[in-house]
This record gives sequence, C-alpha cells and structure tokens, in this order.
Amino acid sequence: MKIKQDKFTTILHIFAYLLIGGFAISCLVPFLLMISASFSNETMINQTGIGLLPKGFTIAAYELIFKVPKMILGSYVVTIVMTVFGTVIGLFLIAMTGYCLQRRDFPFRNVISFFIYFTTLFSAGLAPTYLWITKYLHLKGSYLAVFLQLLMTPWLIVLMKNFAKSVPFEITESGKIDGAGDFKIFTALILPMLKPALATIGLFLALGYWNEWYNSMLYLSSSSSIKYYPLQYYLYRIITQAAALKNSLAGSNVNPGTIPTQSLKMATAVIATGPIILLYPFVQKYFISGITIGAVKG
Amino acid sequence: MEIKNVKKAVNKKPLGKKLWDSKTLIIMCLPAILFFIVFFYCPMPGAYIAFTNFNYKQGIFGSDFVGLDNFKFLLNSGSLWMLTRNTILYNLAFIVLGNVLQIIVAILLNEVKNNVFKKISQTIMFLPYFISAVLVGLLAFNILNYEFGFLTTIIQKLGGEPFSVYQTPKAWPVIIVLAQLWQQTGYGSIVYFAAICGIDQEMIEAAQVDGANVFAKIRYIILPSLKPTIIILFLFAIGGIMKGNFGLFYNLVGSSNATLWPYTDIVETYVYRTLMNNFNFPSASAVGLYQSLFGFVVVMFSNGIVRRIDKDYALF
Repeated sequence: MKIKQDKFTTILHIFAYLLIGGFAISCLVPFLLMISASFSNETMINQTGIGLLPKGFTIAAYELIFKVPKMILGSYVVTIVMTVFGTVIGLFLIAMTGYCLQRRDFPFRNVISFFIYFTTLFSAGLAPTYLWITKYLHLKGSYLAVFLQLLMTPWLIVLMKNFAKSVPFEITESGKIDGAGDFKIFTALILPMLKPALATIGLFLALGYWNEWYNSMLYLSSSSSIKYYPLQYYLYRIITQAAALKNSLAGSNVNPGTIPTQSLKMATAVIATGPIILLYPFVQKYFISGITIGAVKG
Repeated sequence: MEIKNVKKAVNKKPLGKKLWDSKTLIIMCLPAILFFIVFFYCPMPGAYIAFTNFNYKQGIFGSDFVGLDNFKFLLNSGSLWMLTRNTILYNLAFIVLGNVLQIIVAILLNEVKNNVFKKISQTIMFLPYFISAVLVGLLAFNILNYEFGFLTTIIQKLGGEPFSVYQTPKAWPVIIVLAQLWQQTGYGSIVYFAAICGIDQEMIEAAQVDGANVFAKIRYIILPSLKPTIIILFLFAIGGIMKGNFGLFYNLVGSSNATLWPYTDIVETYVYRTLMNNFNFPSASAVGLYQSLFGFVVVMFSNGIVRRIDKDYALF
C-alpha cells in the first residue's frame, strides 16, 4: 500500500533540507575563510577584511613558506614519526589489554579494569602531574613527555574491550586445546579478528597524535633543546607569537616589514591541517563505529 | 548442585594459584598497568601540595604544612565560586543545547531522502570534529576580530557599527557555546541517528497506514524510542560537569586577555595560568584537588542513578 504524503510531511522535508544544509554550510564557511585568506593579498585583508573568496589572489604566502620550508617540514617529520609509532605501539598495547580484560577465565579482569578506569574518576590534577613529569621523571624538553602520555586512554581500552567481547570465547578455547599460550592465542587468533576494532581505535589514536599541542605546550615550549615542535603546536606558536613567525622565515631574506603576517598564518594553518581534511572523508566510518559502540562509557 | 560446587571450587582456588594460572594474562596487562601507575597514580600523592606552601627547592614533603589555608584563600577571593559557576554553567549549556541540537539534526537527517545530499551534508558536519583546538581558535579569530574579521565585514554591509568582540566579555558565553556546538554536533548526532535507524520500520509504516502524520511519527515513535539513549547520555554528561575542555577555552579566548576571564575562566584555564604563568603550585593544586573531589562525587551520584535505571549501562 502506498502511503500518501500529507502537507506536513512536505513542510518538514523542506525544513529538514534547509536546516541540515544550513548547518553543513556553517561548518564549511570558517574553512573557506581560512583558505581564501591564505590566498589573499595582505594589504587588502587589512583594508577590507577577509571574504569567502580571495581578495587580490596571490600565492605569496605559500611561496614564502616553501622558500624556507625547514621549520614546517621539521614539524611534519616530528608529527608523522610520533603518529606512526604512537599509533602502532599504542594500538598493540590497547588491543592486548582490552582482550585480556574481557576474558571471563581471567580472575583479575575486574580489579585491573577498575584500576584503569579509576583514573578517569579521580586524578591528581595538572600541578602535581606537571611536577612529577618535570622534576621526578625529568621529561621536560623531551619528546617522550608528549609521546608517552598519548599512548593510551581508559576510554580506548574500554572501547577495545567492548569490541573484543564480540569475538566468540570458543576461539580462545580452541587455541587452548591446541596447546597455544595466551600471548600466542592473542597474536595468532584474536588480533586478525579484531581488524575493524584496530582500524577504529588506531584512527582515534592517530587523530590524537596529529592534533596534539597541549602536552607540547606544557613540556616542550620553554626548552632550548627542542628545535622542531609537533605540527599543531608549531601552528599555535606561529599564530600567537610574532617571534615564532619571524623565526620560521629565517634565511628567506624577506624584509621584516613586508611579511604578509595574516596570510602567512592562514597558509601555515592550511598546510598543517590539509592532510586531515583530505583524509577524513575516507576514514570517517571508523569513527562512527567508535561512537556507536563506545559512546556511553566515554 | 554439582555445577555449583565446581564453581565454588574454582572461586576458592588460593590466590597464589590464581596468580600463577593467569600469569601470561597478567604480564600482557602489565604495560597498561605500568602506564597508568607512572602517569596517573604516581602524581596522586602530589595532591598534598594543596595543603602546603610548596616551594620547588624543598620539594613536596619538605614544604611547610598549612592546612586548609590555600582553600580558604581561594574561597575568600571568590575564585572558587566563580570557577565553579562558570564550569557548571558552560557544561550545562553544552549538555542541554548540544543534545537538543544533536537530536534535531539526527531526526531531520532521517527525513532527508536524497542520499547524495544526506551523505555530503553528514560528511561536512563531521569535519569540525577532526581539527585541533588550535585551529578552532584561529578560525574563530578570522570571524571575530575587529580589524579584518568576517563579522566586522558583515556588520558593515548591514549598516551596523562593528565592535571589538575581544573586548566584550558578555559576548563570550554565546561564542564559546556556539564554537562547542559547531565542533561537536555532527559527531554527537551520530549516536542518535544510529538509534533512529535501529527503530523497527514496520512500526513506523503501521503508524503511517493508521494516518499518523510526520509530527505524530516523531512525537510518538521516534522520541520515545530515543528516550533511553537520551537519559543515559545525559546522566554520563552530568558526571563530567566539573571537567572542562581546556583546548577550546584557551584557544578561543587567548592566553592573556584578562578582560574576558570573569566570563570565560573555567577550572582548567585557571589552573593552567596559576601554574604556568604564576608558578603558584599550592593554589593550582588546591583548585585541581577541589575539582577532582567535586567531580568524583558527581560521577558517583550520576552513576548511581544510571545503575538504578539499567545496570548494564552503569560504569561500575
């Protein structure tokens, strides 16, 4: 039987297209402004403001960056190395822990789960943590202070636990019957079955590393031993510190008075964010499965 | 009877035997356990700083014990009240407006029948979730700044008088809430959208055959079936009511714009500034400890309610 469309339905459908479309556009506009400003002429930005389309189209800002690309390339290398190693190592440890913590023949699963989960209920706070990491672990000015702290989160372990629950226990048991040890069962039998979970959690980890700026600001900023900062923190410095902007152009022979400050900031932002914007449409489905499986116990 | 006895026997295994039998599994969990000990449990004794007049040279336990003086100071200066109020009000706005908007978007997205439109708009709404807080700050600055911001241009085009947003504290609650909604709505609506997609289509068709129009469908089928999701998500969000999104506030407001602080300071930004700009470890620790304890009580409370509603959803 065909269901007749009444006029309410039509009205609501029009409203749906308008509101969804409008919200999607509002999500896009700030990005368009940034990209347009990065291609705009500095004088025109200052006189007439930035617009949705470039004003006095120029690629001067990008030319300047690629003339002396050392700083931003260094940041890219730091971020890529951290992201790759952090994701691989973190993912393996999270998967291993998540698998163990849902095994019903593991008598300590609840104790350990609570031990990990408790850190989200109560924490020492920033000041004691900062003191511990700088004064006692001596990690100030070390990439390790950033790298290690992003390796795992209780939420990702819980998420992995939930994924691992869907792997039938009989698989573990069949491994046991064949005489395999627990680690062997995990690497040979379980890990291959967790592929969708690995993709989802790996991408959350990778996003965390790629967007990292907070720990860098805390532990790397005032250290002279660090030359190249993680990308987003590098961007933060370019945006907020005139000295960092000038420093990024060292060796370009550009006259300090003619630096196109605003368009240069925008171009740096575009370069630092570009890979994510280009990649995320292809991987978003993994994030969606993350939130639908692990939303509640976040 | 026999099965019960076997179970009892397993449970009664001595601890040493249990440990030995599961040694591989324990070793496999060890890296994670060590991680949480080193980065989360080890700093905990340091919360004692909150009760001392800590100085760096004497260390945590060498500094003088001052009792609750740090808390009294924060209470008397009004900081504690201001931070509590701001943090809770911002979170309430995020939770209520955020969920309402997410539900609206999910329901309307479900009504969109054109799949290309649906896919593209969903992808675009998801975009802000993927960018760093630093970039959010820059994108907001592009719009809001007086000199060349997009807002100034629009106000001028409409014939109004542009104003300096970064000198107008009262504008900031709106700006911060909008930024949060902008970044989280696309992502947050997925949970609700998934719940709507899970509704039995036959039920909806049956209602339509019976003459229910689209509003009746939303009112009597979709919203009631979202109710459990809404309640659970709401209660969990309430559990985090003392926690703030440092990155969002810090990057939107900037590190030194003191005019805005009465309206924009939350616990996290205050603690960060007290620590990194003023090196005041005792105050920063005291506020941090206050936040942790307050948050702990709230989580316990909200989890207790969740437990009563549905044990499966409870955190513990």
